[in-house]
Amino acid sequence: MGGGGLRLDMNALDYLILALYFVTVLGVGFAARRAIRTSVDFFLSGRSLPAWVTGLAFVSANLGALEIIGMAANGAQYGIMTVHYYWIGAVPAMVFLGIVMMPFYYGSKVRSVPEYLRLRFNRPTHLLNAISFAVAQVLIAGVNLYALALIMQALLGWPLWFAIIVGAVIVLAYITIGGLSGAIYNEVLQFFVIIAGLVPITVIGLVKVGGVSGLMDAVRDSKLGEAGLHAWEGTGSTDNPLGAHWLGIVFGLGFVLSFGYWTTNFAEVQRALSARNMSAARRTPIIAAYPKLLIPAVTVIPGLIALVTVKGLGADEGDLVYNNAIPLLMRDLLPNGVLGIAVTGLVASFMAGMAANVSGFNTVFTYDIWQAYFRRDKPDEHYVKVGRIATVVAVVIGIGTAFIAAGFSNIMNYIQALFSVFNAPLFGTFIIGMFWRRMTPLAGFWSLLSGTVVATATYLLYKGGVISFNSDLEESFWGAGLAFATVAVVAAIVTPLTRPKTDRELTGLVYGLSDTTLADDSLAGDTAWYRSPVLLGVVAVILAALFYIPVF
Amino acid sequence: MADNADRHYQGGEAHDPLVDETEDAREERSAAARLFDIRRVIGGLFVVYGLIVGLMGLFDTSAEIDKAQGVRINLWAGAAMLVFGLLMLLWQRLRPTEAPEPQRDES
Repeated sequence: MGGGGLRLDMNALDYLILALYFVTVLGVGFAARRAIRTSVDFFLSGRSLPAWVTGLAFVSANLGALEIIGMAANGAQYGIMTVHYYWIGAVPAMVFLGIVMMPFYYGSKVRSVPEYLRLRFNRPTHLLNAISFAVAQVLIAGVNLYALALIMQALLGWPLWFAIIVGAVIVLAYITIGGLSGAIYNEVLQFFVIIAGLVPITVIGLVKVGGVSGLMDAVRDSKLGEAGLHAWEGTGSTDNPLGAHWLGIVFGLGFVLSFGYWTTNFAEVQRALSARNMSAARRTPIIAAYPKLLIPAVTVIPGLIALVTVKGLGADEGDLVYNNAIPLLMRDLLPNGVLGIAVTGLVASFMAGMAANVSGFNTVFTYDIWQAYFRRDKPDEHYVKVGRIATVVAVVIGIGTAFIAAGFSNIMNYIQALFSVFNAPLFGTFIIGMFWRRMTPLAGFWSLLSGTVVATATYLLYKGGVISFNSDLEESFWGAGLAFATVAVVAAIVTPLTRPKTDRELTGLVYGLSDTTLADDSLAGDTAWYRSPVLLGVVAVILAALFYIPVF
Repeated sequence: MADNADRHYQGGEAHDPLVDETEDAREERSAAARLFDIRRVIGGLFVVYGLIVGLMGLFDTSAEIDKAQGVRINLWAGAAMLVFGLLMLLWQRLRPTEAPEPQRDES
């Protein structure tokens, strides 16, 4: 093998490790089938899972191939500033979801995020969100599928179509058969396999560059220079690797973008809704915050290691693009054995990401589109069947999108960026609706619609060259911020002109009108101090702040 | 809008007909309690991975050790995965799944 290509030297035992993983994942799907008798069993695991399971699934659902590959790439390109995506861009929002928002989601018994909008506002708001979410999920599933197939093609030499089909069929099998339990149980397994695959890369990489201090010295001599080692220094202006002002980082990334993604993305929230009681549901995103705090150690650090050890990394195309940081390290550093584990970890990460999209899609399609607008009063078994069919359809469309993405990879990137912008107006509508009881159903609809239009327009104008920003990232900060502001302004204008819902209709859905009849569902041991969502959440946020100190 | 009539009050509790339909089915017939314990699967897979990778580590050639910067990574990773797998199995043995019954008293 010449030094150039990405192709890995996998031997039979490496393939055995990968094959064992495939068999286990399918086995989990089949075994979970026994636990499905009702539609809530299929779509929400019968609301029966313990918090550590839903918590790890919550973090795993976000650890898609794009996340791992992308964050290592950002690490190599922007340096330590990439930790903002974790410590300010994720942890506070996850804690907020658990402490503040989960009582409304879980307490109101809604089965999806769009369903909350139906109860809090009205059907048009609901339909708008349900459709845009469903479309986004199948498209993103396709992008995930394509991203992984590319990696498999480069690393293992599998033809693109073969890699796409193998991945899609396995995900399809375990979700169709095992429902959300199949997806969540596999996500927990995937979490550990991903970590087991990434840790050896980090360890050997650090040995190679002479430990943490050796890495820091080498980064200083790299093209990033001293700036690559600081998260906040230099954010007084936009003259830093990320090209972002601290205001943009705090409000754009830390507030609007991250809260939008983590608190309203049903592919995430669904994991918490499947928890067995309120306490477990609230702890779900908070338990997930702890691994999230540490994941940069196995994504950003390998990115930096790749920057200083792989000559020529950062090419515009070919094998040396930033996105190949982790695959290149695998090729250069891992002997057979841990190599098999690392490849399995990447495959696992892709499956976790795609499974989250697909299981979010089938639930929203069945409950929020099919049951709400097409077939209302069918027996419960009907919806399980529809869910299974929806899963098949989602995966088939995903395969289609993956092949389209193969032809237009740039366009697919744009689409994904566009959908991420959709989250900001959604979050604005949610948060105002939850805390301002008078906000009317029509205000909800017009806020969401106008916010989405503003976010989309900002993005399209930027891409069309009409308005300019320092970087894509800065555009997304501004787009999200403007969308949020639009939502607030429209809500303030439309609300006084239209009729609000009565307090009775809003019980359990808004702040200040809690449902006092809610049964106490706590389990023995939930009252233990170390299971308090507030305490766990506050500690996570404090840790995130402390972690910044060495890399200020 | 029909929505206002959709969500109604009954016995002091808020009800939505669509939610009720599936929640009632769950309360009557849910089979979720039959879900197996994932700790056994994770533990089992990691024990097997630990053994495979650890044994490969015992027989690593010097070329492979050199590639990993002189670290016997297969041995270490194998041992770590084996221990992790065993701990998962141990946890599952020591603390089997908690009973799903809600606690009645207000302590």
